[in-house]
Amino acid sequence: MLSTETDILNAAESWRRSGRGVALATVVETWGSAPRPVGSHLVVDEGGNFLGSVSGGCVEGAVITEALDAISDGRPRVIEFGVADETAWRVGLSCGGRIRVFVERID
Amino acid sequence: MQLDSLRALNVERAARRAALLITDLDDGSQRVVREAEIPADPLADILARRLASGKSGLVEVEGRQLFLTVQAPKVRLVLIGAVHISQALCLMAAAIDLSVSVIDPRTAFATPERFPEVSLVPLWPDEALAGPVPPLDRYCAVAALTHDPKIDDPALIAALKAECFYVGALGSRKTHAARVERLSQAGFSSEQIGRIEAPIGLDIGAVSPAEIAVSILAQVVSTLRGADPRATKPGVPA
Repeated sequence: MLSTETDILNAAESWRRSGRGVALATVVETWGSAPRPVGSHLVVDEGGNFLGSVSGGCVEGAVITEALDAISDGRPRVIEFGVADETAWRVGLSCGGRIRVFVERID
Repeated sequence: MQLDSLRALNVERAARRAALLITDLDDGSQRVVREAEIPADPLADILARRLASGKSGLVEVEGRQLFLTVQAPKVRLVLIGAVHISQALCLMAAAIDLSVSVIDPRTAFATPERFPEVSLVPLWPDEALAGPVPPLDRYCAVAALTHDPKIDDPALIAALKAECFYVGALGSRKTHAARVERLSQAGFSSEQIGRIEAPIGLDIGAVSPAEIAVSILAQVVSTLRGADPRATKPGVPA
C-alpha cells in the first residue's frame, strides 16, 4: 500500500506509544533533480522497520542507519547526500541531485 | 521530536486544520504552531506566507536555520452541477491534486458515464452535504454551476456559512444581481455575499466549457495561494 504523509506521522506516533524506539527523517533541502520533495518523511523503528521515503530508494539504507544511531543516542542530526559528497559517503543519489535530511528521535 | 508535538500535528491533520512545525536545525529544538495561533506568533508573517504556499522549507531567522514543516489540509473542490464545465473541471482538478465531489439532484446529468471515477452524488446539496459528502470547511472550494437557484443557492449558503476559501457562481451579472438580492433577504451581509466570485472564473476570454474550467481552476488556485491575479507582472508595463 502507498503510504501518505498522514500514514507516516500516524505510524510514528503509534509505534512510539507502543514503546518502540522511533526516529523520524525529514528532507529539509534539495538541489538539482532530487527524487522526493522537501518535507518528505521516513519513519524508522528500533528494529529497522520503516515507512515512507526520503529518496527514490538510493539513500534510504544510510538514513536508516543514522536513524538507528539517533534512537540510541538521542542526538538530532542533519546529513547530506549527493554527488558533491561522494568521497564522504558510500552512497549517493544516482540522479545527480543533492539532499539534506534531518533525523531526530521521537521522545 | 517530543511525542506531544507529533500528537498535536496528527490531531490537527485529522481535524483538517493547518499547522506548522518549526525545527531549529542547529540544536534540534521544535515547536508546533496551529493555524489559529499564527497571528500572535513572533514569526507570523513568515508562517502565514509559508502556509499560503503550502510548501515546507528552510528559513533563516536571526542567523538560525529553521525548517518549517507545513501541514495544510488537502484542498477539496465541490462542484454543484454535473454539467459540461464540471466534466472538464474534474479532469483538470485531479491533475493538480484536488479532491473533487460533484453534486447534482438531476439524475439525467449525474450519471457515472458522464463522470467516470469521480465522487458523484445525485442528491440535493443540503442532503449531499448532510452525509455522503464530508462537511464543507475553510479548505474547500465550492463552484455553483447549474444556473438553477433551487440547486445553486443552498450550496452557496452552505459554502458562505462554512467560510470556504473559494466560492464561485456561474451566471451573468444580471443573474448575479438577482442572486445577491435573494442572499441578502436570507440574511447574509454584503461583505459575505461579496466573497462570491461572480461571474465565475478569471477573465481570460474563455469560450468553451474546458476553457471556462481553466478560468475557474486558475481562480481557485490564485485564491488558495493568496496571489492577486490582477497585479502587474514585474517588468510588464501596466
